[in-house]
Amino acid sequence: MEQLIQKLKEEIIDALNLSEMNPEQIDDKAPLFIDGLGLDSIDALELTVLLEKKYGLRISTAEEGKKVLYSVRSMAEFITANGKA
Amino acid sequence: MLADKTGIRLTRDEKIAPGPFYASLLDTSMLQDQFATLDDPGKFTRFEQLALLSVHSALSGAGIEPADPKTLFILSTTKGNIDILQKENERKFGKERVYLWHTARLIQHYFGFRNEPVVVSNACISGVQAILTGARLIRAGLYENVIINGTDIITEFVMSGFSSFKSLSNGPCRPFDKTRDGLSLGEGSGTIILSKNPSHIDSHVIVGEGFSSNDANHISGPSRTGEGLFIAIEGVMKRSPVTVDFISAHGTATSYNDEMESMAITRAGLQTVPVNSFKGYWGHTLGAAGVIESVMCVYSLREKVLLHTKGYHDPGVTNPVAVIDKVIHREISHCLKIASGFGGCNIALLFHKK
Amino acid sequence: MTNSGFISRFCSIRNNTVVVNNKTEFFRPDEKPEKFLTGVYQHFAIQYPKFYKMDILSKLGFLSVELLLRDTGLLEKYAGHKTGIILMNASSSLDTDRRHQESILDRANYFPSPAVFVYTLPNIMIGEISIRHKITGEGTFFVRERFDASFLVSYIRQLFDTGILQCCITGWTETNGDDYESVMYFVEKTDRPMDGIANFDAATIQKLYDKVK
Repeated sequence: MEQLIQKLKEEIIDALNLSEMNPEQIDDKAPLFIDGLGLDSIDALELTVLLEKKYGLRISTAEEGKKVLYSVRSMAEFITANGKA
Repeated sequence: MLADKTGIRLTRDEKIAPGPFYASLLDTSMLQDQFATLDDPGKFTRFEQLALLSVHSALSGAGIEPADPKTLFILSTTKGNIDILQKENERKFGKERVYLWHTARLIQHYFGFRNEPVVVSNACISGVQAILTGARLIRAGLYENVIINGTDIITEFVMSGFSSFKSLSNGPCRPFDKTRDGLSLGEGSGTIILSKNPSHIDSHVIVGEGFSSNDANHISGPSRTGEGLFIAIEGVMKRSPVTVDFISAHGTATSYNDEMESMAITRAGLQTVPVNSFKGYWGHTLGAAGVIESVMCVYSLREKVLLHTKGYHDPGVTNPVAVIDKVIHREISHCLKIASGFGGCNIALLFHKK
Repeated sequence: MTNSGFISRFCSIRNNTVVVNNKTEFFRPDEKPEKFLTGVYQHFAIQYPKFYKMDILSKLGFLSVELLLRDTGLLEKYAGHKTGIILMNASSSLDTDRRHQESILDRANYFPSPAVFVYTLPNIMIGEISIRHKITGEGTFFVRERFDASFLVSYIRQLFDTGILQCCITGWTETNGDDYESVMYFVEKTDRPMDGIANFDAATIQKLYDKVK
C-alpha cells in the first residue's frame, strides 16, 4: 500500500503538472480538493483519466468519483480493492 | 421547430467516436449533393462546403456587392477545418487548410470580397461576439456591410474532448430541465448580413447594444454566481433600458451552465421574461451557435413567435426563470441574446424590431 | 477624432528575448520555446504555480502580460470591468490542437485529456490572464494571417469612444511548433498618460511591432 501511495503521488504530480511540488509535500490522508493542492474540476477529470489509463479502472458516477478522489489514500484503496495494485 | 422536431439522434459513426452517441449531424451525401449545385464537392472540405453554402444563400438577392470596399466578411468558428489534422485529409487538401485565417481567405476569394476577412474565435460566444464586432465596425464608419458566417462541424476531435469533460448528455439535451444531464453536440452554419443601407434589409430588425465580460474565475467552469454574464446583461440594459420581451439563452443543458444563466438572469431582474434555449433542436453548434441562434431571434421578432425549449419539461434550476414550454404567438419588439463559454467569456446582445 | 488613447507600456517576447519598453530584460539563446518560457518564469521569480498547467500559448500570453504590468500599478487605476483584453494571432491554438489529436490517434490507447482539450481554444489565454489580474471587461480573440495593427486600433478605439473600456491589453501572441512571438501593449484612453510612450495609433503600434523583428 505504501509503495502504491508513493507511486500514485508521483503520477499525480506528473499528470497535473504540479511542477513545484514533490511527493513528500502531499499528505496522503488530506483531502485533495479542499485547499490542499489547490486542485480544480479539470484536475478531478484528469485524475479519472489517470485511473483509467494506468490502472484500467473506471469511475462510473460522480458520487463514486467524490469518494475515490478524496485523497491519495482513498485512490490507493480503490485501486487495491479492485485488485489492480 | 413548430412541429416539435429535433435533429439530435443516436448515432454510430466510427470516424467520430468509438461508441454510439447523441448528436445533431448533417448528412454528408445530402450536403455534397447540395454543394454540387454550387461547385465541385471534391475540391472543398466538409466545413468549407457548409460555410460556402450558407454564405451563398444569404447573399442571394441581398443586393450586396462583394467587391465593395465598404464590405467585410467575418468568420466565427472555434475549430474550423480541424479534421485536416487527420492524415488522409491533410494529404487530400494540404496542411495550410487547417489555419482559420486560410479558411476565411478561401471564403473571401470564393465570393470576391475585397477586404481581408476577420476570424472571431472566442469559444461558445464566438457567433454573438462576431455579430457585435460587425455592428461596431459599421457604427465606427469603417464598413457599410458586414457578412457574418458562423460554422462548426462535429469531428472526433470535438467529440472526444467534450466526452473527456464528461459534459455530454445520455440522450437529447434537456435545457433548464430537472433531469438535464449534459449537452448534445451539433453541427451547422448560419449567416447574418448587417447593413447600413436600408434597401439591403428586409428583416426590419436592428442590432442594438452589446456587452462582453469575463468571469475571471475559471477557464472551464462557469462562475457559480453568474458574475460575468450578469455584468454583460447589466452593461447592455444600462445603455439601452428597454423592456425585454424575450431572452434567447445559451441553455446548453449542462448542470452548471443553466444554473449559472438563471442566476445571472435573476440578478439582472429579468426572471419573469420568457426565456428559451434552441439547443434541443440541433444541439450545441459551438462557434456557429451564436449566429444560428441570432438568426432564430430575428425570425422570432419578424414572425411574432416565441419558440418553446425543446427537451424542457420540469423546472430544474435554483432560481426559477420563465422557460418557454409551448409555442406562443405574440408581438415582440426587443430580444436579448446571451451566451457564455470556456475561458470565462460571456456576452449579451440586443435585437430590436423597427 | 476624440481621445484616441496612449500606449503606456509595451512588451515583446520573441527570438528568445524579453523586451519591455524598448529595454532588453532577458535573453537566453538556443532554447526551445517551452524551455525558454519556463526560464522567463523562473528568472523573474513569478509566483503562480498554475503557470505549469498552462499550454504554451497561455504561458506566452501570461508571461507577456506579467512583464507588461510588473511593478506599474497600471491596472489598479481602473475597474476590472473597464479593462479589456483584445488579442490576435495566426495559428489559433494549433500547438495544443495537435497534442489533443495525438491522444486520439490510437483506439487501443485512447485517452483524450481534459487538461489538454480545454486549451484547444485561443481565448483560454484571455481567461488565464483575466483570472490572474481580475480583469472582467471584454476579452475577444481574433485570428488573422498577419499582425493587423489598424484592425486592433479601430476595434479598441470604438470600445474607448463608446465608454465600454477605459484601458486595454492588446497585441499579438502566436505559437506554432518552434516559432513563437508575442507583442503586447497596454493602452489607456486617458489623454494625459503618466508615462505613456506613444500615441495609440496603427502606425505606432506597427512600428513597435516591426522593431527588432
